[in-house]
Amino acid sequence: MTETRIETPAAPRPSRPRRVWESDFIWSFRHSPVAVVSFVVVLLMMLGALFAPLIAPHDPFNPATLNLMNGFTPPGEANQFTGEFFVLGTDDQGRDVFSTILFGMRISLFVGLSAVFLAMLIGVTVGLMAGYLGGWTETLIMRLADVQLTFPAILVAMLIFGIAKGITPPEHRDAMAIWVLILAIGLSDWVQFARVVRGATLVEKNKEYVQAARLIGRTPFSIMLRHILPNVLNPVLVIATISLALAIIAEATLSFLGVGAPPTKPSLGTLIRIGQEFMFSGEWWILFFPAATLLALALSINLLGDWLRDALNPRLR
Amino acid sequence: MLAYIIRRVAQSVLVLLVVGLVAFAMFRFVGDPVDAMLGQERTQADIARLTAELGLDQPFPVQYWRFLEQAVQGNFGLSYRQGRPVSEILVERLPATLELAFVSGLMALAGGIALGIFTAIWRRGISANIIMTVSLIGVSLPTFLIGILLIYLFSVELGWLPSFGRGEVTRIGWWTTGFLTESGLKALILPAITLGLYQMTLIMRLVRTEMLEVLRMEYIRFARARGIREKSINFRHALKNTLVPVITITGLQLGSIIAFAIITETVFQWPGVGLLFINAIQFVDIPVMAAYLMLISVMFVGINLIVDMLYFAIDPRLRVDRTAGGH
Amino acid sequence: MKTTLLLTAALLAGTTLSASAETLRWARAGDSLTFDPHAQNEGPTHALAHQIYEPLIIRDMTGAFEAALATDWAPKEGDPNVWVFNLRQGVTFHDGADFTAEDVVFSINRAQSEQSRMKELLSSVVEVRAVDDHTVEFVTDGPNPILPSNLTNMFMMDSGWAEANGVVEVQDVDGGETTFATTNANGTGAFKVVSREPDVKTVLTRNDAYWGMDQFPMEVSEIVYTPIQNAATRVAALLSGEVDFIQDMPVQDLQRVSGTDGLVVKTAPQNRTIFFGLNQGPDDIPNDNVEGKNPLADVRVREAMNLAINRDAIRQVVMRGQSQPAGIIAPPFVNGWTEEMNQVETDIDKAKALMEEAGYGDGFSIQLDCPNDRYVNDEGICQAAVGMFGQIGITVNLDAKPKAQHFPLISSGGTDFYMLGWGVPTYDSEYIFNFLVHTRGEERGSWNGTGYSNPDLDAKIASLASETDLDKRNATIAEIWNTVQDEVLYLPIHHQVLNWGMKENVGIEVSPEDDPKVKYFTMK
Repeated sequence: MTETRIETPAAPRPSRPRRVWESDFIWSFRHSPVAVVSFVVVLLMMLGALFAPLIAPHDPFNPATLNLMNGFTPPGEANQFTGEFFVLGTDDQGRDVFSTILFGMRISLFVGLSAVFLAMLIGVTVGLMAGYLGGWTETLIMRLADVQLTFPAILVAMLIFGIAKGITPPEHRDAMAIWVLILAIGLSDWVQFARVVRGATLVEKNKEYVQAARLIGRTPFSIMLRHILPNVLNPVLVIATISLALAIIAEATLSFLGVGAPPTKPSLGTLIRIGQEFMFSGEWWILFFPAATLLALALSINLLGDWLRDALNPRLR
Repeated sequence: MLAYIIRRVAQSVLVLLVVGLVAFAMFRFVGDPVDAMLGQERTQADIARLTAELGLDQPFPVQYWRFLEQAVQGNFGLSYRQGRPVSEILVERLPATLELAFVSGLMALAGGIALGIFTAIWRRGISANIIMTVSLIGVSLPTFLIGILLIYLFSVELGWLPSFGRGEVTRIGWWTTGFLTESGLKALILPAITLGLYQMTLIMRLVRTEMLEVLRMEYIRFARARGIREKSINFRHALKNTLVPVITITGLQLGSIIAFAIITETVFQWPGVGLLFINAIQFVDIPVMAAYLMLISVMFVGINLIVDMLYFAIDPRLRVDRTAGGH
Repeated sequence: MKTTLLLTAALLAGTTLSASAETLRWARAGDSLTFDPHAQNEGPTHALAHQIYEPLIIRDMTGAFEAALATDWAPKEGDPNVWVFNLRQGVTFHDGADFTAEDVVFSINRAQSEQSRMKELLSSVVEVRAVDDHTVEFVTDGPNPILPSNLTNMFMMDSGWAEANGVVEVQDVDGGETTFATTNANGTGAFKVVSREPDVKTVLTRNDAYWGMDQFPMEVSEIVYTPIQNAATRVAALLSGEVDFIQDMPVQDLQRVSGTDGLVVKTAPQNRTIFFGLNQGPDDIPNDNVEGKNPLADVRVREAMNLAINRDAIRQVVMRGQSQPAGIIAPPFVNGWTEEMNQVETDIDKAKALMEEAGYGDGFSIQLDCPNDRYVNDEGICQAAVGMFGQIGITVNLDAKPKAQHFPLISSGGTDFYMLGWGVPTYDSEYIFNFLVHTRGEERGSWNGTGYSNPDLDAKIASLASETDLDKRNATIAEIWNTVQDEVLYLPIHHQVLNWGMKENVGIEVSPEDDPKVKYFTMK
């Protein structure tokens, strides 16, 4: 869709960055203020999460440095016992809310990105196989997808969390929680990728260029990877973006049901779960700031996904 | 046709068996019912005796087989927590969940279709874009938080709507309904919004996408070229073609509405099967957990099967390829 | 069919009474498990049963004995192994049957049967005999001075009703049995059952034929009891006026509730102490990073950990003032508790010195197992403790989980460092020693997860049961406590404080057992 420009030999070929800048995709991005703002928000948050140890004034994950007496300090006020000051206040354990948000975002984003990556990896692989190979492979995979769909995502995640917790030796449980979350959310989310990729593969595999590649003796693996995969990437990218927002929310939901990140190493979801306990008691900042952060993050990712869907779907232009 | 149906049903049964196995396997790891059931004054001898009585000392396959054998007869055993037949408890709790799911599904469908049409027709308009953005807020916050915020606003601050329970219910045979009393209807509002918000956004976006696709189709262009009024195009032609996939998706979403009811029911103390399930997890009530998962599976597999058959009936070519993706 | 009728009745009752000011809408976190009075020994179950059934003796709202179905009781003259109970006359069950000595004999025998969960409290009772219609004798296997305190949750059933409805046997909860008595009840209590939906709603109505109509306020004419699990929803229901009275108030919402017009919060110390257990018995433990040694086996390490806990900070911040720092794992009501042993001390420097002395100057790491849905702010306390232990070099990994997964760890020995709370229904130290201090074995020590075993101490604990000389018995109790304290067997944290939230017109004081008895309620 972008390769229709007619090149005249007389004009000098524009440099690569320039070509990218002027491509339809980027043009559409530059001219969508919503996309630009969302992108900036997501980027800032990712940077904040990445460099949390450098930016955060405290290390909320090191309990030995915490002073319980700092608990419930309102934002912008000095604590009544210790006189210490916190920009966004402190939570029930005397942790600096600003720092916990940065570190929490780190966990939420890490879990979200890894889970989506896992889901994508599984979904695309089995989707390609199902679509290209057909036969019993397809039946098996698609029935498996049915089983998976039978269990709504949160139930799958709870199942996996329960099993993993049972078989993990106790001394590793703390560190394991995060990986289990990734596995749980990732495994509950692969079906979408698989279905879309399979559908697209079914369409692509009958096209002439694939037939031709087969005729010249390319292996199925190479055909899937080099010919079909690039053509199904657009829908995959859209699903991945929206799945990221869903994964972050799913982590938050799981933490409400008590199977999320541990309270000593809280994610945004855990922070919200803790914060909602203080909704009636007037300590609004413990809930408000993490919730606002989560909202901004998920909303921006969703808006980006929305824009991506439209931008990558030429029919909708 | 018959062969296809038989194969499809057989596959569904297999799916249920696998689900049952997975569900049953989980319960080996969630906790120890023996300890939850015995009180503070219990001895090691009590523990051993109860473990044997519950058959928890049997090998895993034996336990699973016993479970299946009973499940097929609709007998999920007795709840460890309540000491009553699980099937009886489920029947008692199911109406609450189904009514909630029905109302929120209906709300999601009506609201989603209306807003979807609106945003598709005026897709470049400001209000359509605002709706699209605002609808995303609903899916960018965890359900439990939305529920608690609604309680805070409408129950505590404004005092308009109840914060928990079903209100007064009327009993019709084995079914209990909250539709016939004022307090019952009022009690439905907040949980239904909480539960339906996500599905409404989903349906709205689906309708919008489908409408946009259909509106670009050749025959719509022809219709436009023939000078048929815009309103008539939008509603008589475009919408009609949009509704089939929308209703299919809504049907398929019914399962997840019931599953997501777990969270809504916990927040609003809604006496349905979701709350029962959460209670069961906290109490390690294995028979209830297993029965709940099997119930959800049967419902979902059933819905899947019906949708598949309908597709088959309408268009045999579609029977393999059903990629009605939600996005 | 029966439930249909009951529910219809409930609906009719609901429509006529919902406007009445005497309805008490009562909510708490969990529901009663069964109406069968001997099938469970659990707080919320007994709390609801107390409205319907009655024992011979109850504890009033301050925790003191009060005559219920027995008017007076005393050891028999000349035979220290026998207690004589004189029964109240003219008492009838809800179905109209008379309450007699025969019902007491039947109920106690029932509570002693194999499937009963109350049988441990009656283990010393050899025989119960009816002397006449209104006199009963309890024969014990030796002198048992504390028998009356074991009877305050021992409910009386009507033998005739039980026979007529096939519930002579206790509901076999273990076997998953359900009986007529699970959802139906026929007691002598101040309230009668109108309808019951487990985990949803229970409606009770005043028993106008109650023997104590003139002795107690009896102002509540109907009770609507609803469990509401989610703490925020429970508080919201009180704030929005949908319920009149809640138990299990989250401490952070006390101010909001008491600051709301028309609502009050009432507070009292609870009969429950929260503490940490340390697996000090084995030579090595799996959940730490020290190989070949058990740091918890060293009393200096335990002492250091005890000194590291800043109980005042926990009280001030985590509990918002709603706790009483504890130096001993017995609540102050309990016989054997002393002010001196309850003293607490926080001294990080001394703690570090002790760690150094014990050879753990560089600290070690260990897992702490904690429930997150059992005690008031249990998870928050554990989290705070993690930071405090961190200050003396002990890296603690916190694993918080629902109670159903936490408690099995203690009984199976799967934890080396855990939180536990203990209430003492008998108000006597022996109860604590039997479960928490005695070497773990078939009969005693089932909740002792510390691996501690001291035959001397075990012998002393065993001697308490039959010691009739109260002074001598108390001296032994003091000796046992001294050893427990010197050995730092447990790390006490605090005595829990109870908070009940209610509308202003509800008049009731908080009972240390957390069991509101509605007959004492006044409704202005």
